[in-house]
Amino acid sequence: MPYDYKPFPYIAPPGLTGPEPRHAVAIIGAGPIGLALAIDLATKGVSNVVLDDNNVVSVGSRAICWAKRTLEIFDRLGVGERMLAKGVTWQVGRLFYGADEVYAFDLLPEDGHKYPAFINLQQYYVEEYLIDRARDFPDLIDLRFKNAVTDHQDRGDHVALMVETPDGSYQLEAQYCVACDGAGSPTRKRMGLAFEGQTFDEHFLIADVEMDDSPFGTDTPERWFWFEPPFHNGQSALLHRQPDNIYRIDLQLGPETDPKSEATEEKVIPRIRAMVGDRPFRLDWMSVYKFRCAKLDQFVHGRMIFAGDSAHVVSPFGARGGNGGIQDVDNLGWKLARVVQGQSDASLLDSYDQERRHCCDENILNSSRATNFMTPKSPIEALFRQEVLRLAHDMPFARRLINSGRLSMPGSLAGLPLQTANTAPIRPGTAIMDAPLANHVWLLDAVQGRFVLTGFGNVALPDIDGIDRIGIEQAAQNYPVYDAIDNLALDRYGADIAYLFRPDGHVAAAFFDPTPQAVAKAYARACGKIDGDV
Amino acid sequence: MQNDNLGVEGDGIYAALMAAHQGLTEAESHALNARLVLIMANEIGDGQKLKTIFSTAGQYAET
Ligand SMILES: Cc1cc2nc3c(=O)[nH]c(=O)nc-3n(C[C@H](O)[C@H](O)[C@H](O)COP(=O)(O)OP(=O)(O)OC[C@H]3O[C@@H](n4cnc5c(N)ncnc54)[C@H](O)[C@@H]3O)c2cc1C
Repeated sequence: MPYDYKPFPYIAPPGLTGPEPRHAVAIIGAGPIGLALAIDLATKGVSNVVLDDNNVVSVGSRAICWAKRTLEIFDRLGVGERMLAKGVTWQVGRLFYGADEVYAFDLLPEDGHKYPAFINLQQYYVEEYLIDRARDFPDLIDLRFKNAVTDHQDRGDHVALMVETPDGSYQLEAQYCVACDGAGSPTRKRMGLAFEGQTFDEHFLIADVEMDDSPFGTDTPERWFWFEPPFHNGQSALLHRQPDNIYRIDLQLGPETDPKSEATEEKVIPRIRAMVGDRPFRLDWMSVYKFRCAKLDQFVHGRMIFAGDSAHVVSPFGARGGNGGIQDVDNLGWKLARVVQGQSDASLLDSYDQERRHCCDENILNSSRATNFMTPKSPIEALFRQEVLRLAHDMPFARRLINSGRLSMPGSLAGLPLQTANTAPIRPGTAIMDAPLANHVWLLDAVQGRFVLTGFGNVALPDIDGIDRIGIEQAAQNYPVYDAIDNLALDRYGADIAYLFRPDGHVAAAFFDPTPQAVAKAYARACGKIDGDV
Repeated sequence: MQNDNLGVEGDGIYAALMAAHQGLTEAESHALNARLVLIMANEIGDGQKLKTIFSTAGQYAET
């Protein structure tokens, strides 16, 4: 069954009839990033208004692969379990060179994590579930469809937005505005900000087809990737399974292609037929893309903040676009909440810019390398790739060099100013590593969403204002204490050590001896008071 | 030859190798490859090892 795109109702906003009270945060764009940010802020009690020029979820399945870290963030936002239940968890990947299988890998995840390495789930479901979740906060999230932002003004102590609706235009004010208006960001263009990087000449056909009969010949969902596939005279092909018996097909079309004529059923159907044989299928969606990697030089400009595709775009190999954007939200949500609630100076937002640009560089580097491997620019590059593929059958080193995308990993913030360096087993800056606790609690559930000092094993935790405490494998305390399952939590974090987690689940600091002074100092630093003047 | 000595550095090394070839004609690339092999052979510096490498690589010649 094709996805049912139900339009969301347009409701005439109050601003059309009289001035609205100033909002705390205005979010431009109800894509996955804008919606996730709205929910994140709401969970911290920060009210916000979300303005979207459209009134349906993403048409066509753009993003399909959602990485473990994204699911963990979605879990914190209250939608992770629903996504996991609907999504396809795949495990086996096969890589082919021509008709021959070069190798297969099993992503069998390490035990003791709530979420798998990743799932496939169409972007329209992700947005639908986020919108459903946003509706759980009617007093905090004001979702406005068919409200296009046409202009804005940063007035120093607030931002004014001009908004156009089917009933005419109005103006609203907000303390901060986050532009989550996508790769073509009208906000970015209006501000005349440079958005530079590498554009790839190659065209890719992306199609979703519905098929009852699995092309993998087994019920287990797999991921198949071909270099120089026998059924297609291009450089590469990809086959991935999504929920509802929908398969994602990527076919590389080469640089000299007319994207318009390629994105037609008469061209596409025979290409898919060549791939899936006689199996009956229905073409669900198709599009021809050229990809690029680009980013803004700065994600924070006064009271205007960029997150998601408006701030950075990558080619999709490695699934770092949406997954990178959700990590932007994770990083920005708590900082923006602290600033609008008066707990931190606006300078805390500079750390969002610094930390996420650092991770964005890593995403761009990985996506560019994968795209370069897939699109050799010269005969010599093609020759090297060919020989890597031929050696890979027998030689592990060559297998590792084959690059059809390096999957999105949580960005590490190690070495950046908010973290307090330490030699602990989990280095400060690292994103939380999950572990099972007794009574069906996961470390994720116990830690994410606020500052938490977590004691693993025998270590005394000081009581510091602003920080929650939990203990793992500790005697009863005047704070929650959990047993670890199979000792995994202590295996991963070490014994008799305390970690200070940030609200986004990153380790801010670790302590073998958590004195009140040391913890308070690290906490102040994590909140942007870098000199530690507590 | 069952060891992967490049590990996580692999992608970066591959990218650097492609960068070394960027803008060269095919003949120039050919010459660069010859120099690379010679310099790497000297760095490996173990005759027995090198002979094994040469014969292993030779087995993969296009037939
Ligand atoms: C073929 C393809 C495959 C991909 N695969 C993956 C994948 O597997 N995994 C992954 O993580 N990522 C993937 N991506 C990337 C992913 O789709 C994007 O990173 C993601 O959609 C970015 O979300 P966003 O909310 O920043 O922007 P968008 O989803 O583009 O949303 C922007 C929103 O802003 C609204 N808007 C724009 N202008 C205005 C305005 N003036 N006023 C009000 N609203 C406005 C738009 O209507 C839209 O709703 C893929 C992308 C493509 C194209």
